[in-house]
Amino acid sequence: MLKIENLHATVTDSDEVILKGIDLEVSPGEVHAIMGPNGSGKSTLANVLMGKPSYTVSEGDITVDGESIVEMMPDERAHLGLFLAMQYPSEVPGVRPWQFLKAAKDAIDDANGQKKTSVRQFSKLFDEKVEEIGINLDLIKRSLNEGFSGGEKKRNEMLQMQVLDPRIAIMDETDSGLDIDALQAVADGVNKMRSPERSFVIVTHYQRLLHFVHPDIVHVLVDGKIVETGDASLAEKVEQNGYRDYLAAQRNGK
Amino acid sequence: MTLNVAVMPKNTARHLARYRDDWHHLAEHQEGYMSGADAHHELRRAAWEEFERIGFPVHRRGNELWKYTDLRQVDRIDFRFGDWDRHVDLARIAELVPMPEEWSNLVFVNGSLEHSSGDAPLTRIQACDWVGELADYRSNGFVALATAFLRIRGGSYLQFDRPREYVRPVHIIHVIDGSVGGPIVDNPRVAVEMGDGSRATLIESHVSLTDDVHMTLPVVEIKMGEGAELSHYRYQDNSEKSFHFATTRVLQEANSNYRSTSFSVGSDIGRNDVFTHLVGEYAESTLHGVYLTTNRQHQDNEISTTHAAPHCTSDQYYKGVLSGRSRAVFSGKITVERGAQKTDANQKDLNLLLSHGAEVDTKPSLEIYADDVKCAHGATAGHVDEDTLFYLQSRGVDYHTAQAMLIRGFAAEILSEFEDNELHAFLENQLDELMPALQAASDTIGTA
Repeated sequence: MLKIENLHATVTDSDEVILKGIDLEVSPGEVHAIMGPNGSGKSTLANVLMGKPSYTVSEGDITVDGESIVEMMPDERAHLGLFLAMQYPSEVPGVRPWQFLKAAKDAIDDANGQKKTSVRQFSKLFDEKVEEIGINLDLIKRSLNEGFSGGEKKRNEMLQMQVLDPRIAIMDETDSGLDIDALQAVADGVNKMRSPERSFVIVTHYQRLLHFVHPDIVHVLVDGKIVETGDASLAEKVEQNGYRDYLAAQRNGK
Repeated sequence: MTLNVAVMPKNTARHLARYRDDWHHLAEHQEGYMSGADAHHELRRAAWEEFERIGFPVHRRGNELWKYTDLRQVDRIDFRFGDWDRHVDLARIAELVPMPEEWSNLVFVNGSLEHSSGDAPLTRIQACDWVGELADYRSNGFVALATAFLRIRGGSYLQFDRPREYVRPVHIIHVIDGSVGGPIVDNPRVAVEMGDGSRATLIESHVSLTDDVHMTLPVVEIKMGEGAELSHYRYQDNSEKSFHFATTRVLQEANSNYRSTSFSVGSDIGRNDVFTHLVGEYAESTLHGVYLTTNRQHQDNEISTTHAAPHCTSDQYYKGVLSGRSRAVFSGKITVERGAQKTDANQKDLNLLLSHGAEVDTKPSLEIYADDVKCAHGATAGHVDEDTLFYLQSRGVDYHTAQAMLIRGFAAEILSEFEDNELHAFLENQLDELMPALQAASDTIGTA
């Protein structure tokens, strides 16, 4: 489904290389966790997958079902079924969550040759999800993410993810800065969405979220490269030992 | 007695002789003029003499009030004052501005009242004995010229008294029909008297029937009695070849509440000069507006409030969206006089620049002579945020749609203050119609 080959990426308009040759294959139904210390490039990887313009792919390829997406705009990637739950979702003044999400869903449906969801049908879906995720109704009337707390922003990301129903959901440090209730809400959302057709790439520093969402495969990313891959037990190992062994190995390697 | 004042060497108006001819012609032909039946002939003459003395503020050096707005092209045009023929086509006017039945609609075409509906408490400006009291023609070439040509017929004098609750918004529509030949000047004059405790909504629209060069010099004077409340909405969409120099002067007694919200998209050079004078305690003055410019338009906002009494509140908040090679000016002034303690004054000007060629000049100025006051001001000019665009695009909306959403969202805060549903829907639509032009001239972000 999603295949990453020898991916190198730099900060746009600079020589700063952040991803230094990543290979990764995500099959339908799999949940991959990408763990790594600060500055290892894991957030960059999440953003590069979604096509953030502040990064440039300098080498390698990313394909979805065999089709390269490297040259695609972020919206085209969304049409293919990619979704990125952001670490720091932007505040968007004057844009209402409902209106925005409806426009986004319409754009995706339109690109896939599907009929627009009717306002009534969409409202029903929206209201259901809002309640399920436990989003404060007052927030929904405000501007998108404006004045939302960290937890509220993350819940709103979950709302968007559930409504847009992606095939490949990438989550960038969604668990950071969340209290236990919000973390539980995020995890419930992900677990409910797990299916044989959908894959997840969960980028995280700590194992916290992985207590609630059990990954099939765990990768450790250090200095722009995947240095170890294993099953869920690898996450536990990382939690016990931290990243110091990896960082030491990296230093010795140089 | 000398009717012809000696030509002052300092006058800068290139076509002064032409204006003089027009003025004398008007003076001789206006019915009642010089007969004593004309309440304003002294004012008109004094204003003319002032214009003869000073002309237009075209000087570039030491001209602080017009520092960022170059008027030389205005001065080069041979504008004409006069009583023009008018083709009044209400259906066409209704395409340019909303005219719902629930409003009192007053339609002026080239200065003359051609249609009215509703129950606006309107009389001619002739009946107002305080015209010019608030809008001082001295040292102000545009006000001087507008006042010198004050009409005997026409103009609007609105008196809102307390016993009645004016639920119908009064909509004054100033239409310019430039097809009558030559670049014409219109000088619509409005005097509003808000009686103690009165409440009203005033909508002031400026539109052009044709895409001609013309000049509009609106002068609006508003007296706010004690506890009076006025919502004043302003819509300026004159022809993109036109010049619009508007002057609004407001005097506020105790506990009065004046709210001005403006939407400016039209004209080649536009200037919105608003001054509120808070002379009674606990008066509130809210001056908000949004301006949207593209191509080579120039929009100048000269916004000023003087706190002359304690416990007053003022809030200046303007937002600009600039594209192409357009320019905007925000010159916000707050003066707190000695004794105006417990003043709470805010000033903010935020700009969204859609192109590298667009430019905004912001000039905040605070003069505070009292010691127990709260004053805050801020100004920003920035491009559409790249991360925010990415965020929206990552959800599936394309670049153009995302950018339009952000522009609309930026303007929405001020647009939402147009509380009348009909007006709000109309302005949202105007913004949507303007969007392709704003976006076409945008070059700031390429996320490819």
